Amino acid sequence: MSTSSRNSRVPALAALAAALVGLSLALVFFVAPEDADQGISQKIFYFHVPIALTAYACFGWGALKALLYLWRKDERYDLESYVGIHLGTVFGTLTLLTGSIWAKASWGVWWTWSSNQLVLFLVLFLFYCAYFMLRFSVEEGPRRASLSAVYALFGVVLVPVSFFAIRLASDFIHPTVFNREGPQMSGTMFATFCVAWGAITVLAYVLYRVELAGKLLDQHLRELREALA
Amino acid sequence: MNYIEDVATLARKDLRLELRARDTLPAMLLFVLSTFVVFHFALPQGSGEAAAQGLLWVALVFTALLGLARSWAPEREGGVFDGLVLAPCDRSAIWLGKAAAVLVFLVAIEVVALPAFALFFEPLDGAAVAGVALANLGICAVGTLLAAMAAASRTRELILPLLFLPLAIPLVVGGVGSAISPEPGRYLLFLALYDAVFAIICWASFEYVVTE
Repeated sequence: MSTSSRNSRVPALAALAAALVGLSLALVFFVAPEDADQGISQKIFYFHVPIALTAYACFGWGALKALLYLWRKDERYDLESYVGIHLGTVFGTLTLLTGSIWAKASWGVWWTWSSNQLVLFLVLFLFYCAYFMLRFSVEEGPRRASLSAVYALFGVVLVPVSFFAIRLASDFIHPTVFNREGPQMSGTMFATFCVAWGAITVLAYVLYRVELAGKLLDQHLRELREALA
Repeated sequence: MNYIEDVATLARKDLRLELRARDTLPAMLLFVLSTFVVFHFALPQGSGEAAAQGLLWVALVFTALLGLARSWAPEREGGVFDGLVLAPCDRSAIWLGKAAAVLVFLVAIEVVALPAFALFFEPLDGAAVAGVALANLGICAVGTLLAAMAAASRTRELILPLLFLPLAIPLVVGGVGSAISPEPGRYLLFLALYDAVFAIICWASFEYVVTE
């Protein structure tokens, strides 16, 4: 399938993302019951958790494409890996912000080291910022693509290792909504959560396509310029 | 057997260079001792054993960074990288040889630094020393690979701490935990797990760092 015919689906997907985000907002505020324990502040959960899960998915996607790059040496995988990690970092920052707001609402502080998820996202945020520092201080070309890919692969290993380390380092007070017996939510709350998760995922996919299309266009333009020069 | 010989030759080359030039080891040693003195003034009276143990790890990680930042300097300055990559040995042997040399430097520093820490601050028990020993492996494995990446970038030494510190956080957790926890076993196990996982990744991916 050519790039242009793939990109023609982007406006439709963008409309779908907007509709889903609107629907999930409506569900969050008008349909889902208020949490008995935390009240209105619990509603940020419907965005905080999907955003965090999407950030993980983006990092995973970036690492998968990095692995494919190292295997196949196709420049396109390098761009896809970069865009995935870029979006993961954006969503990771949003996770830190929404988590911070939630911490202020439920525990009265903007930051708490006892929330393992927040600390993990801070570590990941630092790690992936270093990824961009590395990427932008190496000359463009196959060398940069390989270095970025190796560092991106370190990231997927760092997630479980850091998670385990932070678990070891601190006591566990983050409210556990999911546990081994399944989600601790009513049916409506769970349905709302799923819609919000779907909305954020589609939104992330649209952003991914748009940014990737821009990067590819940029690359084509550069190749044309070199051919003309 | 050839692989091990290659690794030993490469590590011996680094050790011989250091013995002749004496660039890195005295700098690392002086750095770690100065850091201890700074900590004495940074730690208020009665801030306790736990705080001192934490600072030991700050000192160790930054001292290791100092050594790691210089670890590929001879190759870079002498233009040896291309020769090494073309040499008829497995590329991962280059990484393993360098990591072994850095490990020797780090252990040599710690042989002085840990007794100095015990003298200035708090005595260290066996679990704390075991934690240091296990963390050394992780620091050298990951740090050497990241230093090779940093050597390929424009910013060089500047970028290495940024690349390394997020990956060193689990090591600090394991090291501090094994020093202050009454049950150090699971922290030591965690450090061993970290070493194994990251050593395998570094071993497998080093080839892509030095070739295009």
